[in-house]
Amino acid sequence: MKRFGTINLTALALGLAFLYLPIAVLVINSFNDSRLVTIWAGASLRWYRALLNDSAMLDAASVSLRVAFLSATAATVLGTLAALALTQRFRGRLLFSGMIYAPLVMPEVITGLSLLLLFVAVEVERGFWTIVIAHTTLTLCFVAVVVQSRLVTFDRSLQEAAMDLGCPPLRTFLVITLPLIWPAVASGWMLAFALSLDDLVIASFVTGPGATTLPLRIYSEVRLGVKPEINAVCTIMIAVVAIGLIAASMLTKRSTVSAQLGGRI
Amino acid sequence: MRNTQQRDLVTRAAILVPYLWLIAFFLLPFLIVLKISFSQTAIAQPPYTPLLDIAAGWEGLKDYFAALSGDNYVTLFSDSLYVWSYLKSLQVAAISTVILLLTAYPVAYALARAPRRWQAVLVLMVVLPFWTSFLIRVYAWVNILQHDGLLNQTLIALHIIDAPVTWLATDTAVYLGIVYSYFPFMVLPLFAALERMDDALLEAAADLGSPPWRSFFQITVPLSLPGIIAGTLLCFIPIVGEFVIPDLLGSSSTAMIGQTLWLEFFGNRDWPVASALAVVLLAILVPPILFYRQREAGRR
Repeated sequence: MKRFGTINLTALALGLAFLYLPIAVLVINSFNDSRLVTIWAGASLRWYRALLNDSAMLDAASVSLRVAFLSATAATVLGTLAALALTQRFRGRLLFSGMIYAPLVMPEVITGLSLLLLFVAVEVERGFWTIVIAHTTLTLCFVAVVVQSRLVTFDRSLQEAAMDLGCPPLRTFLVITLPLIWPAVASGWMLAFALSLDDLVIASFVTGPGATTLPLRIYSEVRLGVKPEINAVCTIMIAVVAIGLIAASMLTKRSTVSAQLGGRI
Repeated sequence: MRNTQQRDLVTRAAILVPYLWLIAFFLLPFLIVLKISFSQTAIAQPPYTPLLDIAAGWEGLKDYFAALSGDNYVTLFSDSLYVWSYLKSLQVAAISTVILLLTAYPVAYALARAPRRWQAVLVLMVVLPFWTSFLIRVYAWVNILQHDGLLNQTLIALHIIDAPVTWLATDTAVYLGIVYSYFPFMVLPLFAALERMDDALLEAAADLGSPPWRSFFQITVPLSLPGIIAGTLLCFIPIVGEFVIPDLLGSSSTAMIGQTLWLEFFGNRDWPVASALAVVLLAILVPPILFYRQREAGRR
């Protein structure tokens, strides 16, 4: 029988308070009518209204969402293929798995710098599409890890049976494999989307004129200090993520949540 | 392998497409960094259009090899600014990893002992914050730590301090931001290790008269060692290259290597030195990364 004493309860409470307090302060401040964060001047949606007129911020949000959608979709296709490839034996597999796992721990400054130097070397105009390519490259590795963690647990005999009975590989994949690994593919897409929305460092390197993502925009404002409008933007982003996660947890089983974790870490 | 699958076009493409993508956008860029790190600073830094010059150098491959030099690396190791920056990064990463270990352990322990029906929800609650943007979480601390922020207000209200204390642009703020951002990365591996532990061991120790603190250090800690190692590496490696947290919460006088690289690239526009900084940073991180990979591969 496990004992759950006062010390454990305290540790948990303190730990969760530490994690949630800063976010709570941010959310509450976003509804503060006063420009000074120190004084509570009553609840208001003033900063949210101000956002509606901030066309630069709205543009940045639109760029970010489009980048995230495109790169997450491309990364999910490539990452799922990569995960399938990892289950096979082929020449150069060691290099391949190295290239899948290295970006997961590679400092972002290095990934960003190296991609920028590539884009410069091949004389590509930098902007929207270079960010999409950069994010696809980074997030496909996360998708591959998530999908692979599902592939190693599922029953390969189904796949082999289909193949033995003469089902062509593409059809086997679509009819047997894909439905079985679907939750992992979906959560891989979500993870890729979230990572893309989150990225500041890599986007800073590979962006060009006219392609400012939301984190880039927020960062340039935040460097100048706290602004109530930024609190409002952040609160909206937190709300979107929270709603997305709740929806996802309703759609998929809990087991995929731990798969997502395995991927993110 | 009884069922030797025919490597027809589909299977081959499934391997080839992501393979080529990664070679083009991961391996090749890194080789370019390596190459530029060996080129002369002057080549890559013309007064106005650094872009064109590198492209020209790229085409004149022969010239490139002729112009290779280790000058940037000599600069790196002779200028105390860079050496200090690397040491600073390692120091910050080491100290914050220790703080993370000490603070996350009790939480992971409590999670592992929590009643089963609450466990999943509690784990989810620990994980949830890190789905929100990294930038937002660091920014949230700016709200709290600024001169007239919540922390100073609270401390003054409690009569712990009389006048506001400067928190932002200090090392304390950087450590706080790092511990906050990486907290789940430490809790989860520890939890995974502690959850697998057999309670019967602790009961047996207690039955044989071992006081709880002794059981903890002689049974619980050694058994959670895989989690400790995994958590330590998962935090230490990325913290060394961290940029956003020290940039927003720290001061420029205590630049970590990520900041120095950033400044060298965007501020001084010295691409070869920035590339050399990246190569050395990676060289520092390769041993722990390989160690981590090997452990993970061994567990599977």
